[in-house]
Amino acid sequence: MNLDLRDLYQEVILDHNKRPRNFGVLEEADRTAEGYNPLCGDKLTLYLQFDGEVIRDVRFDGSGCAISKASASLMTESIKGKSLKEVETLFERFQGMVTADSDTLPNTDQLGKLSVFAGVREYPARVKCAVLAWHTLRSAFRPEHKVATTE
Amino acid sequence: MNPRKSASATSAFDVERVRADFPILEREVHGHKLVYLDNAATTQKPQPVIDVLNRYYSTENANIHRGVHYLSEYSTKSHDTARTLVQRFINARSSSEIIFTRNATEGINLIAQTYGRQHAKPGDEIVITTMEHHSNIVPWQLLCEQTGACLRVAPIDDTGELQLDEFEALLGPRTKLVSIVHLSNSLGTINPVKKIIDLAHQQDIPVLVDGAQSAYHMPIDVQALDCDFFVLTGHKIYGPTGIGVLYGKSELLDTMPPYQGGGDMINSVTFAKTTYSELPHKFEAGTPHIAGAIGLGAAIEYVNSVGFDVIAAHERELLAYGTEALTSIKGLRMIGTAREKASILSFVLEGVHPHDIGTIVDQEGVAIRTGHHCTQPVMDRFSVVATARASIAMYNTRYEIDALVKALEKARGVFA
Repeated sequence: MNLDLRDLYQEVILDHNKRPRNFGVLEEADRTAEGYNPLCGDKLTLYLQFDGEVIRDVRFDGSGCAISKASASLMTESIKGKSLKEVETLFERFQGMVTADSDTLPNTDQLGKLSVFAGVREYPARVKCAVLAWHTLRSAFRPEHKVATTE
Repeated sequence: MNPRKSASATSAFDVERVRADFPILEREVHGHKLVYLDNAATTQKPQPVIDVLNRYYSTENANIHRGVHYLSEYSTKSHDTARTLVQRFINARSSSEIIFTRNATEGINLIAQTYGRQHAKPGDEIVITTMEHHSNIVPWQLLCEQTGACLRVAPIDDTGELQLDEFEALLGPRTKLVSIVHLSNSLGTINPVKKIIDLAHQQDIPVLVDGAQSAYHMPIDVQALDCDFFVLTGHKIYGPTGIGVLYGKSELLDTMPPYQGGGDMINSVTFAKTTYSELPHKFEAGTPHIAGAIGLGAAIEYVNSVGFDVIAAHERELLAYGTEALTSIKGLRMIGTAREKASILSFVLEGVHPHDIGTIVDQEGVAIRTGHHCTQPVMDRFSVVATARASIAMYNTRYEIDALVKALEKARGVFA
């Protein structure tokens, strides 16, 4: 793999694509939300269980490319146990990182494992894949939520 | 409009001479020489087309049908010449049957909103097939919502061929129109449109043929086909974007209401009554894409100078070569294996999502299309969410197929 590609397809991403964590249906979900990327047909369902304002458990299923699947998998890991407010901050940081100008150094502050997606900013067509799960998560927070799309 | 006599100078097809006419093929992408295999999305433009556009805006620009000044008359003449070139290209009886549109999509919408609105009543039916592009589905759904008519869909088999007996069974007294793709953009299937038109005509049902994909692979003869309407788009036959063509039999076009109102489509306007222009102007409201039409004319002259016989033979050879090369890749499944097929290779690769394939081969300079190709019902029919698609045009080579295969092996390596 050449250098550029390795920036995008980091080992962690390949691993989460192959063995997605928290994959499957959460029967006791308090809320579910669906995400859809009309351009490439990626589909995602998120299942969330809350403890007041805190996400107690989360799972996802669906089909998508390596970036969208790994992003959903890593997102579920990083939001478990977090409050809605903390998750909102994380969303904004993540979104900022993957949509930043590719000439600048990525700001991976407090993103932990999620910083493996910094390479996505070099691939504008793939940003939608990385943020699908996050948009879906956000729509789940809204009582009037509909299917989240990246368009 | 004098395209260089490229390949016609020799009887054997010299792909390198054709390639030399397409300046973009010289460029590099990600440090590799561009391998452009996304021709079903849009084809590249030969120098004569680029030159004509440049010349038009540099030295000839003026609005048509308006002024008595020199440039306006000159532009009007060039625009008329382009219409005649299209007429000959698809062998229409008269250039008044050639309506310039923005693209094939607009041509279909025009028919739906004029002929369709005029004839479809509640309970009537429009017949299409599973392999239609969204542009030949959604305009009919809109029409059905507006009129209470309903859409009937003829199925396809596992190879991607239309099931002709099922199609025939759908035709009946309620069928107001058949609208069918000539060549499937996501499967490559070439439909037996002549047979389909004959079947429909036996029951006096008019047929629209969507030729967006066929018009750059094979010669079109609308009179031999006896189709009632035919649409094509300029940018897929090596011409500019933003220009398309609707052909219609004049006896049908004459009886249809206008599509859009405005300048150039009227005889006289008073607040009491407006009368409409003759064909083709009745369907061309407003200032048209003059440069686009002239560019399309140049593209047609270019294609004619190469010749469809040699283009088709070359593409057929590459289709066979590409099919064999791709199917030898482990885990690759071809989507669309019809007996009559054009040079479109649509496939899925086990363990690698098409979107990832697209990104990885792009890093090797190979441009292919990935996704549902605006044919979601086809994806559903084959139980896939998306495919990767390599589509071949006259300037492609065996070397480029090899580059694709190599890049696909790389993609497999990443996800091994």
